[in-house]
Amino acid sequence: MKRWLYPLALLAALIGLWQLAASTGFMADVMNLPDFLVPSPAEIANSLWDERTLLLEYGWVTLQEIVLGFLLAIVVGVAFAVTMHFSRTIRLAAYPLVVASQTIPIVVISPILVIWFGFGLTPKLLIIALICFFPVTVATVDGLRSVDPAAIKLMRTLYASRVQIFWRVEAPAALPAFFSGARIAVAIAPIGAVFAEWVGANEGLGRLIFIGTANYQVDLTFAAVFVLSLIAIALYALVAIAERRIVSWR
Amino acid sequence: MNVSIGGVAHSYGELRTIESLDLEVAADGVVGLVGPSGCGKSTLLELICGLQEPDAGTIAVGGAGGAEERLASCAYMPQRDELLPWYSAIDNAALALRNQGQGRAQARRGAAELFDRFGLAGFEEKAPGELSGGMRQRVAFLRTLVSGKPVLALDEPFAALDAITRAEMQEWLAAALQADPRTVVLVTHDVEEALYLADHVAVLSARPARIVASFETPAPRAPDRDAAVTDPGFVAARERALRALHEGAR
Repeated sequence: MKRWLYPLALLAALIGLWQLAASTGFMADVMNLPDFLVPSPAEIANSLWDERTLLLEYGWVTLQEIVLGFLLAIVVGVAFAVTMHFSRTIRLAAYPLVVASQTIPIVVISPILVIWFGFGLTPKLLIIALICFFPVTVATVDGLRSVDPAAIKLMRTLYASRVQIFWRVEAPAALPAFFSGARIAVAIAPIGAVFAEWVGANEGLGRLIFIGTANYQVDLTFAAVFVLSLIAIALYALVAIAERRIVSWR
Repeated sequence: MNVSIGGVAHSYGELRTIESLDLEVAADGVVGLVGPSGCGKSTLLELICGLQEPDAGTIAVGGAGGAEERLASCAYMPQRDELLPWYSAIDNAALALRNQGQGRAQARRGAAELFDRFGLAGFEEKAPGELSGGMRQRVAFLRTLVSGKPVLALDEPFAALDAITRAEMQEWLAAALQADPRTVVLVTHDVEEALYLADHVAVLSARPARIVASFETPAPRAPDRDAAVTDPGFVAARERALRALHEGAR
């Protein structure tokens, strides 16, 4: 049996159980709720189909936010990591602040970002990028510093300039660590997107989840969560594939 | 190009690694440095290569004493092979040419010549991970040869190999130096290796390192290693070196 069949079989079994428990009314009884608040997987699938236009449209909005925010975090995070790698002064000054910045909950600053930048794309990108920035930066800094000092001494005796040492030794050596950070970042980016849309948005899956729960449309909420999960899994897979292709020596 | 070391001392903070050390290496001569582990042998190589400056004394390579001038004349082969896994064997060997600004194709052609001459033909495109320990050391040594530098600093090049492969590699290195003579400073903790490969052996004391014995070797780089190392003259020299080593280790 193929390896991916195991989790798939477990998932199918869980959905089957859920279907059984929800369609017989057992789940609603146990939770002491009206039936319509406990949709079965079949009802969620129905909702997915009925609301497909809306889900696609909002899914597209959220996907754009996630991808752009993630890319912004990659660009800024890598640039920052390289700067800290080259300048000891900047590293000593900035690294503790980067770590400390993680203790500020995004929840606290996102309303401010919405006040400053409105309901458009900008505050969402910033919120997602703020969440993704940390794992990318820290992993890349560690990766750049992981090089054996003997390899650098060796390169110096082989005529290498500082820049050549960076491109031929340090940057490739940092790639596996960078991708570890990127995988964490892409996995948490959808959370950032949903949160950003809760704080202030007219469209997007997060907005839909917000409206769905407010109107007791639990099936629609589940449908939106389902689409969001698909986006998250697909993006994670893309990063993992890119890693396997680029870090081919591992 | 000769290497001339006079009254060199070096320390890492409080830790004195080298104390008033004098050593002469003739042009195209091979000097073997043997000493107990952690006695500052590797530091001495870094000093010669211009990767560090001594606290006191002078080091001149080809008459030039500045660190930059020494760095320009010396190639360093660290203990571990430090082959970069993202480059093929030949791209690793060609690093010095690439760093000097040659294009990839040209640099590979330059290194390919040596691959043929030193029994590595057919291994050009192998990834370092696909090579045996002995093969990796050969590629690492060619990488230093390709640099074209007159002085080679070899830091326990065969320490990680099993006894049989090590003996093979010593014969291979002897032949390589016969074909392409360079000034070599070879650091090793293997007395037999030093006596066989070098034409002059210096025995170092425990830290802080100073020279406790120094003598010419009986049959440097004889083509038949097995015969050379069992020769009575060689055995006597080995006894002498081992006694000096034990004396100095106290």
